[in-house]
Amino acid sequence: MTTSSIAGRTTTVAACARDLSKIYGEGETRVVALDRVSVDFRKAEFTAIMGPSGSGKSTLMHCVAGLDTFSSGSVRIGDTELGSLKDKQLTRLRRDKIGFIFQAFNLLPTLTALENITLPMDIAGRRPDQEWLKSVIDMVGLADRLNHRPSQLSGGQQQRVAVARALASRPEIIFGDEPTGNLDSRAGAEVLGFLRNSVRDLGQTVVMVTHDPVAASYADRVVFLADGRIVDEVYDPTADAVLDRMRRLPGGTSRPLESDGAGRAG
Amino acid sequence: MFRTALRNVLAHKARLLMTVLAVMLGVAFVSGTLVFTDSLSQAYQNGSAKGYSHVDVAVRPVHQQSKGDRLGKETELTRALLDDSARVPGAASAIGVVQGFTAIADKNGKLISENFPSRGGNYWGGKDPRYPLKSGTAPRGEDQVLIDSETARRAGYKVGDTIRISVDGPVLTPTVTGIFTTDDGHVAAGGSLALFDTATAQKLFDKPGTYDEIAVKAKAGVSQAELKAQLDRALPRDRVETVTGKRLAEQEARTIEASMSGMKRGLLVFAGISLFVGTFIIANTFTMLVAQRTRELALLRAVGASRRQITRSVLIEAFVVGAVAAVTGLIAGIGIAEVLKSLVKALGAVIPEGPVVIAPGTVLSALAVGVLVTMLAAWLPGRRAARIPPVAAMSSVHAKATTKSLVLRNTVGALFSAAGATAILAATTMDTNTAQTVMALGAVLLITGVFVLTPLLSRPLIAAAAPALRAFGVAGKLARQNAVRNPRRTAATAAALMIGLTLITGMTVTALSLQRGIDKMASSALRADYVVFMANGNFLSPEVEKKLRTVEDVTATSPLRNSPSRIEGQTEYLTGVDGAAFGKLTNLKVKDGSFTIGGTRVVVDEKTAKWYGWKAGSRFTVTYEDGKKQKLTVAGLYEGNEMIRGIMLDNATLSPHQSDPTDMQVLVKTADGPSDATKDRLVKALGSNPGIKIQDKKGLSQEIGQMFSLMLNMLYGLLAMAVIVAVLGVINTLAMSVFERAQEIGMLRAIGLDRRGIKRMVRLESLVISLFGGVLGVGLGVFFGWAAGELLSTKLETYELILPWERLAVFLLLAATVGVLAALWPARRAARMNMLQAIKAE
Repeated sequence: MTTSSIAGRTTTVAACARDLSKIYGEGETRVVALDRVSVDFRKAEFTAIMGPSGSGKSTLMHCVAGLDTFSSGSVRIGDTELGSLKDKQLTRLRRDKIGFIFQAFNLLPTLTALENITLPMDIAGRRPDQEWLKSVIDMVGLADRLNHRPSQLSGGQQQRVAVARALASRPEIIFGDEPTGNLDSRAGAEVLGFLRNSVRDLGQTVVMVTHDPVAASYADRVVFLADGRIVDEVYDPTADAVLDRMRRLPGGTSRPLESDGAGRAG
Repeated sequence: MFRTALRNVLAHKARLLMTVLAVMLGVAFVSGTLVFTDSLSQAYQNGSAKGYSHVDVAVRPVHQQSKGDRLGKETELTRALLDDSARVPGAASAIGVVQGFTAIADKNGKLISENFPSRGGNYWGGKDPRYPLKSGTAPRGEDQVLIDSETARRAGYKVGDTIRISVDGPVLTPTVTGIFTTDDGHVAAGGSLALFDTATAQKLFDKPGTYDEIAVKAKAGVSQAELKAQLDRALPRDRVETVTGKRLAEQEARTIEASMSGMKRGLLVFAGISLFVGTFIIANTFTMLVAQRTRELALLRAVGASRRQITRSVLIEAFVVGAVAAVTGLIAGIGIAEVLKSLVKALGAVIPEGPVVIAPGTVLSALAVGVLVTMLAAWLPGRRAARIPPVAAMSSVHAKATTKSLVLRNTVGALFSAAGATAILAATTMDTNTAQTVMALGAVLLITGVFVLTPLLSRPLIAAAAPALRAFGVAGKLARQNAVRNPRRTAATAAALMIGLTLITGMTVTALSLQRGIDKMASSALRADYVVFMANGNFLSPEVEKKLRTVEDVTATSPLRNSPSRIEGQTEYLTGVDGAAFGKLTNLKVKDGSFTIGGTRVVVDEKTAKWYGWKAGSRFTVTYEDGKKQKLTVAGLYEGNEMIRGIMLDNATLSPHQSDPTDMQVLVKTADGPSDATKDRLVKALGSNPGIKIQDKKGLSQEIGQMFSLMLNMLYGLLAMAVIVAVLGVINTLAMSVFERAQEIGMLRAIGLDRRGIKRMVRLESLVISLFGGVLGVGLGVFFGWAAGELLSTKLETYELILPWERLAVFLLLAATVGVLAALWPARRAARMNMLQAIKAE
């Protein structure tokens, strides 16, 4: 069921959105969070989504990642069209094809680091590929911390567990929601380094929402959102270029770098 | 501060609803019990006051003490005393009252009002003011009888009907000459009353020429006290006592009050249990409310609220919750009282009508119990709230409630448990009287100890469930880990269930073991096929045994006859039997000598022999009830039981000394063993007597079994309350856990655990916690049951510990059901949670 316009890309596109709209409320309280957004996330590419508070960047990620429903348009992960899926199928899709890294680490405190890493595969009832698991764990440098519980790990270490969890099941695509938001700059740089390495060395696809130009500079491409629309794209960005572009976004001029933690919901 | 507290109450409606419900149930039970018993005793007292309207002063016999070889006797109220009473100047009239047992058969030959007193009495002269006639005339002679209107209505008897009655064995078939109404309390309670003319009553009840009581009515203008003084002067003070009607009514009222207070206390104990279980839920709720509000409370501290104010705000919150629960509980309690009343009625009791009595004491205690229990349970969480440092307001993340080390708790728990278990074990080897106290104390200590230890026990016990949970994959694993995550909370939740199940199991084990023991005792010591006795435990006429002996197929019979005597300055009841037949009818273990009864040779049970220091061959002197003395020889010692014990001698030896020999029971052995046909023949031989029961061993076991299962069912019903409260507790805990772990649940959903998996996780956690409580409860219950049995077995030698595995399995299943049911709503909530919001909760 591939159309001609994207037929040539099916091998290279991991996920895409076409005319994706998300509208909350009706009448006077109607809010357009996403306004006919079309975007492709290519395989083995590290994409950062940026935009000021309320620009719709988190909503875009949630819709593409199958975490949220959308009002119109279509979203595709690999060959699967998300719009027609029921909750159960969506859950399975997330489990098997998508990896997540959240801002607030989101590890289960009762599980050890290793158990947290293999959790998605445990849920699926699959045995992890031991070799791959080992290489992932080595990459994030957690080999000697596997039996620790999250409370015994630092914030950076916890987020590395989260990165390993996302990578371990070899998903088609990994989504990160402000993955460095709760980390100091050194730990943040580490995590971003792992994500970039996974893209370059392992061919992983990563999409990350961030408000931090430095974080965005690790990406291959930055997509800028404002008022629910994609307004620009920058390839091989530098922190300065991103910052500069952010300043010129509508709604972004007055408070370019303000932490938008409170406003991400919209 | 009050406004803050009030707002908090309203802000957490759903959560507090459980708390309110838990307290409410307990309060409702308490106030329901009080209202029910108050209303009932009020109704009875109104009735009894009416019942004494015909007596101004009652003259009653005085019981003389036994002295030396002489047996004490009751004064006989003779005609002369009656005449003396009637002659005092203040007396208008005097009635001689005669009372006894009279069974009345319904039209099918069955005893009317089987579980209530069947009584007989005398109708005084031509017109007895005590019993106004509704229809008919006064009875004359042995062939005429009066019956009360309620019994007449129930059995459908009219004036002129011939009815079958029985006083001590032989069936009488008098004609009903009249139907009377009465305020008699026993009749109001469901009993029957038959009246004969005085001479007949005296003859039937074996009181020739004497009365049980003389009821004197005062002349107009003479007070009861005045009449009493006159009677005291006229009558021999050492032989009779006089009591005014007012005193009688008061005494009766007190007796009713006392008999009610037993039931009241019993019901209140169960109310107390459910309230106690409720406190765990309240404490849990407030602990969690405080934990959730850490930042808010810290902020209050930061802006200057003192610790005391914080504690007070939590307590005010508890006060509001408790007050709401108490008021609703009180209202529900009045409803429960009505339900209890109709329930008791449905069970067949006749309850006198009366208004619903809501005493001020009931209202006060309901309010006090509700408010105090809630505030007490919230006290510790309140103190914990006060210890939150102001700086907690600044930290971005929930300041984790510092989990205090469990070391102190575990030490205390271990000490309590050890002391309790030791006391119980020690008690099983002790003398029964002190042992009961020691055991009760030990039980309280052990339950408290185990309760304190539940957090410690939760880890290994829940870990033991891991293999079973592994079958459920990730959901099972997470459920197990979540269950031990907050050991205190898990413990409090499981403990609520544990207490109920401990009681249920302990009582079941004890009751069933006791039932088996009694059953075995009744059947193993008996060779007789039938035991014949009077319903209501009265005596049989010796005629009954004579008749039974003539029935075809009957190979042996023996009456058991009772007679008081004096031996070595003690009153001792002798049992007279048919010495020749008795050996064939019983199967008693002979411990010393031989089982020979005849002439002056008697057998004695071990315990009695030990008391007197007798062995086989010992000789002793007995003074019979007629004052004659005789030397008897102990032929042998036997192992006694609850049914057959004491000194047994031949009736040929005993009966000549008895003024009026009557039998307690008659044992009957037949050639072919018990069968319907044989029983039929026996029944017919006795003239289908409504008052006599002919029971075979199976019937005996069944009756014992029925009695026990009725008792157990009542206990189950009452303890269901505690279980319901425990269910509320589990729901509460799960709901809060789900709320607290919203973020985790959101994450699990995001990375691919479907709704079913989430539901399963919550349900399994609930199941694990409930089963944990169930296993602890059943385990403790079995231990208590065993220990109680060890005590009982010293009294009942045939006692045998029964572990009803099926029932124990049912109890565990019940615990599991509690877990699954309690998880329904929280699991749904968890599965429906908006995962995006949950993830971003922080």
